[in-house]
Amino acid sequence: MSSEHRISIEDVAHVAKLARLHLSDEEILRFTTQLADVLDHASDIESLNTEEVEPTSHPYPLSNVFRSDDPGPTLSSEEALSQGPEVEDGQFRVPPILIRSQQSGAAAMRQ
Amino acid sequence: MRQGALTLARHVRSGEMSAVEVVEESLAQIKAKDGRISAFNAVLGERSRRRAAEIDRQVALGEDPGPLAGIPVALKDNICASGVPTTCSSRILEGWLPPYDATVVTRLQAAGAVIIGKTNMDEFAMGSSTEASATGPTRNPCDLSRVPGGSSGGSAAAVAAGMTPLALGSDTGGSIRQPAALCGVVGAKPTYGRVSRYGLVAFASSLDQIGPIAADVADAALALEVIASHDPMDSTSIPDPCESLLAAVERDVGGMRVGLITDLLGEGIDHDVTERVEAAARALEESGAEVQEVSVPSISYGLSAYYLIAPAEASSNLARYDGVRYGLRVKGENTEKMNVATRTAGFGDEVKRRIMLGTFALSVGYYDAYYKKAQKVRTLVIRDFEAAYRSCDVLLAPTSPSVAFAFGERIDDPMSMYYSDVCTIPSSLAGHPAISVPFGTGAGGLPVGVQILAPPLREADMFAAAAALERA
Repeated sequence: MSSEHRISIEDVAHVAKLARLHLSDEEILRFTTQLADVLDHASDIESLNTEEVEPTSHPYPLSNVFRSDDPGPTLSSEEALSQGPEVEDGQFRVPPILIRSQQSGAAAMRQ
Repeated sequence: MRQGALTLARHVRSGEMSAVEVVEESLAQIKAKDGRISAFNAVLGERSRRRAAEIDRQVALGEDPGPLAGIPVALKDNICASGVPTTCSSRILEGWLPPYDATVVTRLQAAGAVIIGKTNMDEFAMGSSTEASATGPTRNPCDLSRVPGGSSGGSAAAVAAGMTPLALGSDTGGSIRQPAALCGVVGAKPTYGRVSRYGLVAFASSLDQIGPIAADVADAALALEVIASHDPMDSTSIPDPCESLLAAVERDVGGMRVGLITDLLGEGIDHDVTERVEAAARALEESGAEVQEVSVPSISYGLSAYYLIAPAEASSNLARYDGVRYGLRVKGENTEKMNVATRTAGFGDEVKRRIMLGTFALSVGYYDAYYKKAQKVRTLVIRDFEAAYRSCDVLLAPTSPSVAFAFGERIDDPMSMYYSDVCTIPSSLAGHPAISVPFGTGAGGLPVGVQILAPPLREADMFAAAAALERA
């Protein structure tokens, strides 16, 4: 991409958040330089005229891939759960999804 | 191993040799050599001995165990075998035991093969040197101070060192062919969809393909014949049957039209490699093929398109590693913090870099400029190949721009590492088959691989040309 689109430290920090990764300040700096290198190299495709070109998402087009709707053997619930880091009552257990901060939580409780 | 898979399987089927002997030989080779090479993440000693004994019982009963009777096969550690640790050389999958067999494993075992172990790789198949492995690098058996290539470096090194006659790898942008070239063995990537990916841990779904690594072309043909099949468990699997590849290996190449890809010679390709490719062109000519120069202009944009498309798909595929259902979990006070802590501790640098690159290429404001543009370039690459194949049956190119490089030489400079795939990426983008065959040596006496590329479903022509090079 042209230089005004060069990936910034802020972009890298934002993308890390989207990708659920925690990066140290040193890592953010290093990744910014390395990703900018790759994107600079990739900017050579900008010059190609692709106006009339359809994108390829799959190199060997197959359409309507169906099988007959017959029930067959599947993993049992025990097998599916057997690799879970934490399991309870036939389900995967995770930490709380929502956590109230103490004040706003108390406020929410009163409503 | 002193003999190839084809010969060993014949001996086991005829009862001349036992499967137990073959497997013990492989285990002994691993024990003697793998301390130095580190090709294996896991060696399945007990399991393979039991399996070999079963095959010998079948032979004793007059049954035919199949074309790979008693043949040890090493699996890259991103291919699932039920109950066998599958780590992708990543901390995030440490301790995970897949609950099912990949289709390739089912097919190998039905043909009499013995799964001997799991091989080291760049984490999640992202890399070209096997240095990006959480368990440490594999060494090149030809020169222990050099990388074996990657990402299927463990599989290539295991075959090159004679620890197993056959191995499977996976190839997304060259991960079977490049390590095969750097270790001096044969590596084939079939047409996209030729081999089922059911049970292959996904990296970039529109590119990933499983294929064989072997000491010679006939063994690679034998292994691919066994694993190529239509599979209802993989919706990208091609229904068309595969021609006999072992028959193709015997075929005369007289009159075959071979195109030497001029865009992949000269600048950016080491002189010793170019020399070997030109020698391969002369050798094919001497075998009766008609060699002409051909240009596939848009392939020079392949590297750029690939390093946008593959990371984009990877960023989506690797979202599943969230610490909820399998693999590593690092505690956090809520689910989001647990996800972040798990992924931060579980993924290595290269995987993080690709996830970041892919997430960026897919993000609002950049999707059209990066991801969609790269997909359009992919169409141009396919069109240029189609044009080349109007006048050629197969194409000839280097596999890697250089012979095996030293540890540490490229690992801190991602762009120079990515350049290792410049010759293999074009056929990956197009979904076409390609094979790397050793063809002499270059700098430092290290092996050079040359690549035969073919149109989709034309693996037979590719194997015929590869075998002609091997005979030359």
